[in-house]
Amino acid sequence: MAEATFLDSNELVINMGPQHPSTHGVLRVILKLDGEKVMGTDCVIGYLHRGVEKIGENRTYTQFAPYVDRMDYIAAVSNGLGYCLAVEKLLNAEAPPRAQVTRVILTELNRIASHLIWLGTHALDVGAITPLFYTLREREEILNIFEEYCGARLTTHAFRIGGLQYDLYDKFSEDVTSFCDRFSPRVDEYEALLTNNRIWVSRLRGVGVLNADDCKQYGVTGPVMRAAGVKWDIRRALPYSGYENYDFDIPVGTNADTYDRYLVRMEEMRQSVRIIRQAVANIPDGPIMGKVPKVLKPPVGEVYVSIEAPKGELGYYIVSDGTTQPYRLRVRPPSFINLQALDKMVRGTLIADCVAVIGTIDIVLGEVDR
Amino acid sequence: MKLWDKFLFTDLIQGLLTTFRQQHPKDIVTEQYPAQRPAVAERYRGAPRLNVDVETNETLCIGCNLCALACPENLIVVTTIRNAETKKKELTTFTYDTSRCMFCGLCEDACPVDALELTQDFELASYTRDGAVWDRQMLEEGPKPTKYDF
Repeated sequence: MAEATFLDSNELVINMGPQHPSTHGVLRVILKLDGEKVMGTDCVIGYLHRGVEKIGENRTYTQFAPYVDRMDYIAAVSNGLGYCLAVEKLLNAEAPPRAQVTRVILTELNRIASHLIWLGTHALDVGAITPLFYTLREREEILNIFEEYCGARLTTHAFRIGGLQYDLYDKFSEDVTSFCDRFSPRVDEYEALLTNNRIWVSRLRGVGVLNADDCKQYGVTGPVMRAAGVKWDIRRALPYSGYENYDFDIPVGTNADTYDRYLVRMEEMRQSVRIIRQAVANIPDGPIMGKVPKVLKPPVGEVYVSIEAPKGELGYYIVSDGTTQPYRLRVRPPSFINLQALDKMVRGTLIADCVAVIGTIDIVLGEVDR
Repeated sequence: MKLWDKFLFTDLIQGLLTTFRQQHPKDIVTEQYPAQRPAVAERYRGAPRLNVDVETNETLCIGCNLCALACPENLIVVTTIRNAETKKKELTTFTYDTSRCMFCGLCEDACPVDALELTQDFELASYTRDGAVWDRQMLEEGPKPTKYDF
């Protein structure tokens, strides 16, 4: 909590959340205020706790896969990919090339969907209502592709350990390509609405600065870290699922403020479209399921696998004792760890900036609480 | 921001132009549910159904219990009796608790004879908790959602 002004009569402690539209779910932030100035914050989490890690210890490896979709439900496909890769590493199995390319396409589509939700809600928090309508419209097209592919829109359960359950549907490439064609100019439209807008710029520029050293100290990853100028992307640093075959840039910012994080995420959407175009052009033929046994009994051991989820580094640490169920399963959720930096970012600023900063961290409470 | 832009409000005009360009009626994507019903995908995972043979009206289920074992939530209960003459298992009851189902599709994947299937029906609401637990008859006939006339 705030170090100063404990006995000051001007000081006021108020709760923001858990039922506050700008806290993106059930986050409760206890604000210590001096007038409108934030002297300190305290996050209270756990309102959406479902004990996902404990559930994992009581399910078989295959059965646990649908539950990971329910952590970061905005980017369920990324969660599924991380979990499948972790168990595959434990089993020493690999998905066939066709499955890997499909995984990349769907994960990148999901990254765009996640960033669209972030853009819409973040703009809404700051005061621009219009972008939300457009971003949800485009997200709908992505969700339709997911629905056609795997039968679900949000909690997709799209991947299975060892590959895929569903093969691509007939018009998949056409749908994805036409989405890419329509989506690229749309990003420019969002930028036309926001990038130069004087209210947007003055609300975001210089707000919530978190420099590179602080990012490393707090373990902050993802777009928040890249906006601080650190060129760290797990897709490039520790490639998985064939990301080394694609040509894409890692956008970085310079000022480490909320405005730069906005620019980084906008550019990431463009880069995702670039990756999708390359992947769709080269979908190999072949099997979609690798050689994995029906009943999964990984050898005794432990594994940590992390992927670049839309919000940052998403890691799975699994300990196997040789039975059909994990002995321990731990998730490294990007939202939870990025949220720690909230206090550092908002201390000394105004309440309204606190709303902007919560938006820019891009948290999903399903993942923070698990 | 340049002084020129500041007084001519170019940033706001740029945004408003984008907004007005979206006003065309062909850009309306809102779906008027329930008057207009969505066409869900072929692979959509909705209400469960226990398929029957179209000619003989006998169930396709062989009572192997694999769906119940695959289910992460243990919500499927299958009971069978052994037919004394043919030595084959015959299905007696099949219950499926849709209130706990998360429609992951693992039961459907596990079924060796394509008897259990997640269909395109998506209106599963019920007034009671018991109504969410489907028995064999309900699973074979499928849900009957209220259809409204507009």
